[in-house]
Amino acid sequence: MYDTLRSNSGAQKALGLVFGIIFGFFLQKAGVTTYKVIINQLLLTDFTVLKVMMSAVVVGTVGVHFMHGRGMVNLDVRHGSFGATVVGGLIFGAGFALLGYCPGTVAGAVGQGAMDALIGGVLGMVFGSWLYAVWFSKISPFREKGPFTHARLQDVFHIGTWQVIVPLIVLIVALFWGLEWLGL
Amino acid sequence: MEWLAMEQWSPYICGAGIGILSWFTLLLSDKALGASTSYARTAGMLERLVRGNRVMEREFFKSVTPTIDWQWMLVLGIVIGAFLSATLSGQASIRWVPEPWFSALGTAVLPRILVAFVGGCLLALGSRWAGGCTSGHGISGTMQLAVASWIAAICFFVGGIAVATLLYALPTL
Repeated sequence: MYDTLRSNSGAQKALGLVFGIIFGFFLQKAGVTTYKVIINQLLLTDFTVLKVMMSAVVVGTVGVHFMHGRGMVNLDVRHGSFGATVVGGLIFGAGFALLGYCPGTVAGAVGQGAMDALIGGVLGMVFGSWLYAVWFSKISPFREKGPFTHARLQDVFHIGTWQVIVPLIVLIVALFWGLEWLGL
Repeated sequence: MEWLAMEQWSPYICGAGIGILSWFTLLLSDKALGASTSYARTAGMLERLVRGNRVMEREFFKSVTPTIDWQWMLVLGIVIGAFLSATLSGQASIRWVPEPWFSALGTAVLPRILVAFVGGCLLALGSRWAGGCTSGHGISGTMQLAVASWIAAICFFVGGIAVATLLYALPTL
């Protein structure tokens, strides 16, 4: 029943916009479109960013796997590698700290009037993406190095999906409890 | 409707809301939340303005086409949603140098903009390199239990904590 909607490109652009407005609203209300909140997360004095992300993961993973088990949604789990995931992730981290926003929250910061996010961040991201396009053939072989052996956490531990999800949720809730207990 | 005008909601509530949103993006759009690819598409659209269709000679733009798609509209929506939320709480205003940069690293606009620009470049390079950002890997991939996404998210924070700590240690050196 969703195939017609999913393949209607005009409707999808409208849906993308609506989903984005809701996403941006939540991000701003959470405070993570503010430089101070993100930089203080990276300086380990404010854990709002982690709380938002991990709450989304807890709620998201239950619904997504419930629907996936009933064939309602497709998952898209990609293999990573040391050369792509770790090296790229660390480069991202350096940029995350210097800019003080990430690709989603920088758009939210623009919406609330942060000019450093617009003139510095968005322009920098467009230029950095262009550099990647220019260097694409040189970077691509490096990204293949050291492929990870498993794509899904289930495959790493040789257990079922819910056997991963339940302990994961317990760990995340314990993390939340610990953060609140420490007053962070 | 006073809650709409509140400056901040609980991060757990907002996170849970984003989690529920992710159910609907998969169900209705067959797409996971993400943001970084849209900047690459924008780069391609701008290059097309200058060089015309020669932009398509670049291998990268054959897979990441310079077009407006679902995610590009999502990122545009984030700008609008954050604007609405900040306006309702009276937080929307033009600012050039944010706190705590302002007190720790100086009030001058140019250094902040230059560092933000370099940060933006690295953020985009790192996103494409790692195959996603804090949304695509950090939220969408982790909830799909992808090994690469969990490792990417950890690396985002390891790199971020290291560089942020160095940056804010500079004035004391």
